[in-house]
Amino acid sequence: MDYNILIGGAAGQGVETLSSVFEKMLKRNGYKIFSIRDYMSRIRGGHNFAQIRFADRDLCSHTEDLDGIIALNNETIDYHIDRLKPDGFLVCDLSVRYEDDRIIKLPLMNTARNIGNIRVSGSVALGAVMGLLGLSLDDAGEIYNQFFRPDIADINTTAVLEGSKFVQTRYDLHALEEEENILINGNQAVALGALAAGCKFYSAYPMTPSTSIMDYLASKMNDAEIVVEQAEDEIAAINMAIGASYAGVRAMTGTSGGGFSLMVEGLGLAGMLEVPLVIAEVQRPGPVTGFPTRTEQGDLKFIISASQGEFPRMVIALRTPEDAFYQTVRAFNIADKYQIPVILVSDQFLADSVTTVKPFDFDEVRHDRYISREVDERPYKRYKITPSGISPRVIPGKIPGVTVMVDSDEHDEYGYITESAEVRTNMVDKRMRKIELLKQELQEPWFVGEEDCEVLMLAWGSTWGPVAEAVSILNTEGDKKYGALVFGDVWPLPTGLLLNKCKKAKRIVNVEQNATGQLASLVAETTGILCDFSVLKYDGRPMSPRYITEKVRGMK
Amino acid sequence: MCDMKFVTSETAWCPGCGNFNILEALRMALERLNKKPHEVLIVGGIGQAAKTPQYINANGFCGLHGRALPAAVAAKIANKDLTVIVNTGDGDSYGEGGNHFIHNVRRNVDITHFVHDNQIYGLTKGQASPTTGVGHVTSVQTAGTINEPLNPVLLAIALGAGFVARAFSGDKEHLASIMVEAIQYKGYALVDIFQPCVTFNRINTFQWYNSRVYKLDDSYDPTDRIKAMEKAMEWGDRIPIGVIYREEKPAYCDKIGFLKEGPPLVDMQVDMDKIKGYMKDFI
Repeated sequence: MDYNILIGGAAGQGVETLSSVFEKMLKRNGYKIFSIRDYMSRIRGGHNFAQIRFADRDLCSHTEDLDGIIALNNETIDYHIDRLKPDGFLVCDLSVRYEDDRIIKLPLMNTARNIGNIRVSGSVALGAVMGLLGLSLDDAGEIYNQFFRPDIADINTTAVLEGSKFVQTRYDLHALEEEENILINGNQAVALGALAAGCKFYSAYPMTPSTSIMDYLASKMNDAEIVVEQAEDEIAAINMAIGASYAGVRAMTGTSGGGFSLMVEGLGLAGMLEVPLVIAEVQRPGPVTGFPTRTEQGDLKFIISASQGEFPRMVIALRTPEDAFYQTVRAFNIADKYQIPVILVSDQFLADSVTTVKPFDFDEVRHDRYISREVDERPYKRYKITPSGISPRVIPGKIPGVTVMVDSDEHDEYGYITESAEVRTNMVDKRMRKIELLKQELQEPWFVGEEDCEVLMLAWGSTWGPVAEAVSILNTEGDKKYGALVFGDVWPLPTGLLLNKCKKAKRIVNVEQNATGQLASLVAETTGILCDFSVLKYDGRPMSPRYITEKVRGMK
Repeated sequence: MCDMKFVTSETAWCPGCGNFNILEALRMALERLNKKPHEVLIVGGIGQAAKTPQYINANGFCGLHGRALPAAVAAKIANKDLTVIVNTGDGDSYGEGGNHFIHNVRRNVDITHFVHDNQIYGLTKGQASPTTGVGHVTSVQTAGTINEPLNPVLLAIALGAGFVARAFSGDKEHLASIMVEAIQYKGYALVDIFQPCVTFNRINTFQWYNSRVYKLDDSYDPTDRIKAMEKAMEWGDRIPIGVIYREEKPAYCDKIGFLKEGPPLVDMQVDMDKIKGYMKDFI
């Protein structure tokens, strides 16, 4: 079983809350969920929707065909009825003038009015859908109370129960045994990962689709004792995070491509000062304002090369909410170990997609700070030349008589400005040596598919789910053997498994949510391997498994 | 370098530069306050003034042009035990870093901001700064500066800064006493310091300042904001130096319970059980 329901309406009509309530109801009934959010850059009006897919097994992607639609306005019908399956349903208000056998018109508005608030009409519709599906509403009251104050929760609960009475059960679904899962999106997982890593300072400027990281952290500010500061701009945000990190706390900033553009000089500062820093770059289509609320993987080559000059950095693309949690923790440990900036790359698709995942294993969370509590020579050399390139790090103010000097100018071992050619060369070598060490602990990409695949797809980050599902579909067709490597660590690029798999594959296909094939270009630059075919998408909408299978089947 | 004195070292400043007295006054102020080098963090941006952290034995952070304030306030938030002082120039503070100046007055973190204001760009060889006077001819403003100068003291008072002072590097003792007061102030404290640039500013010279500045005496009440704004606008033949405005108000760290009550953020432990409990938000 595998169902896909769309909830659509204007901004301000409560699509987001209704979708979250629906997801929780499905989860309480024991189902696994993968849902996406599609919203416009506006506060009221327009057309927003959520697509909630659920099944009795783990899901890693959205799909296109719809089993049901809740239409809170006419546009929802106009835009989406073409994707409704022949045996699907569409629930809308009686007033809608659209005619189609699949449409179930119900007195959503009148019922809501009778309950006492026109705004609960969506809950009436949701009740009808739960009724059609044959699922329990036992937890409705508790779930609504997570979102609303008690009186509003009560009328929504009444509305959802009233709605369920309007319909006969059509799908004989029943509650499954609920597994111990959590329902979380990519941004929330990054935020929870930051808290688990002991991040104590987060400075950012609001920018869609990264803002919900800051929102979640801010909701925990006093309880978790983390300072969340809304900066006056992204330049301040990154410089604040660097200042806090220099002073010894784990610090992070987050933004999207436009804000990251402003942060670039700060990125170089973290590299030059060798101050640990974690940055979340949640991509949206650019350049500039682009598509503010939509998805793209257009920033890879920018992120790996941003800033003038050369310095080591690490770039990790996030693939799933679970990956986002564990990689965020790892990013803090790597930033501290190598004293480098680590950039976590996500996108709107992952940021806003809600998935059921196993509870995160906090026993796996380690805090490796690599901070020295004593110095072996005085004056202290902040930039002591060492074989590894990593200099013992001391926190300013923590050792009496020891001061910590850092400078964005090229500096000597003490941190003092230098004009010496020899010192410059030694310092560049010292910094770049760190990346050689870092390369030894890179994680190979995830592989999915037939081990000895003839067609090998290469992807990175959030397209993991759609690619994995596409590979599975293609392999059931039996004509060829398909496989995919989906990169998490993208810079430095791990090449072991890549070289191995490419040796055997007849066709290499890069699958990317951008126009120019940036991963393919990085792979070519690093290994000389050229892709034979590209599956690209840059319309701001996430690629589905079907999009990938159709392109791959059609390749010449 | 590691004794408990704020010893200075060789500098990259021009002979006779106003920066020397500022550095000396800073050293005097810190010693009068019985600070130890490891307890103090001096932050600079980029420019000649911004090299100050290099020339004093304390923790030092020389960051990006214009971005000294964000780094400094965050370092203070991370470790409230540090005495955090920004030493940087007028271009760094009011030009490249103008936005941060505005918003860090509002943020009111307990740091001290000493602006070495020479009314010119020195390190880039003599272009107009935000405080350069109208008509001042430079290599770029060849027909004389046409933009109105920014009045940082007036702006800071208007923005709600709680400690705003003006000083003159030619009067080291007076400067040091203002520095002491500014460092002791609980909140963001701005001291705009007249600093003759002997190489690129031939108008606002030592003599120019010396013949104009006068010290505010006890008869001046720095707690009256409107009078302070009037005083801040005095410019021309007579320019007041001293504490122009002073108001006690809660600093940033006093407005956040756990920062106020708890140990410095850098010493706070992570309660993993509590954070693990946040997974219940997602059930």
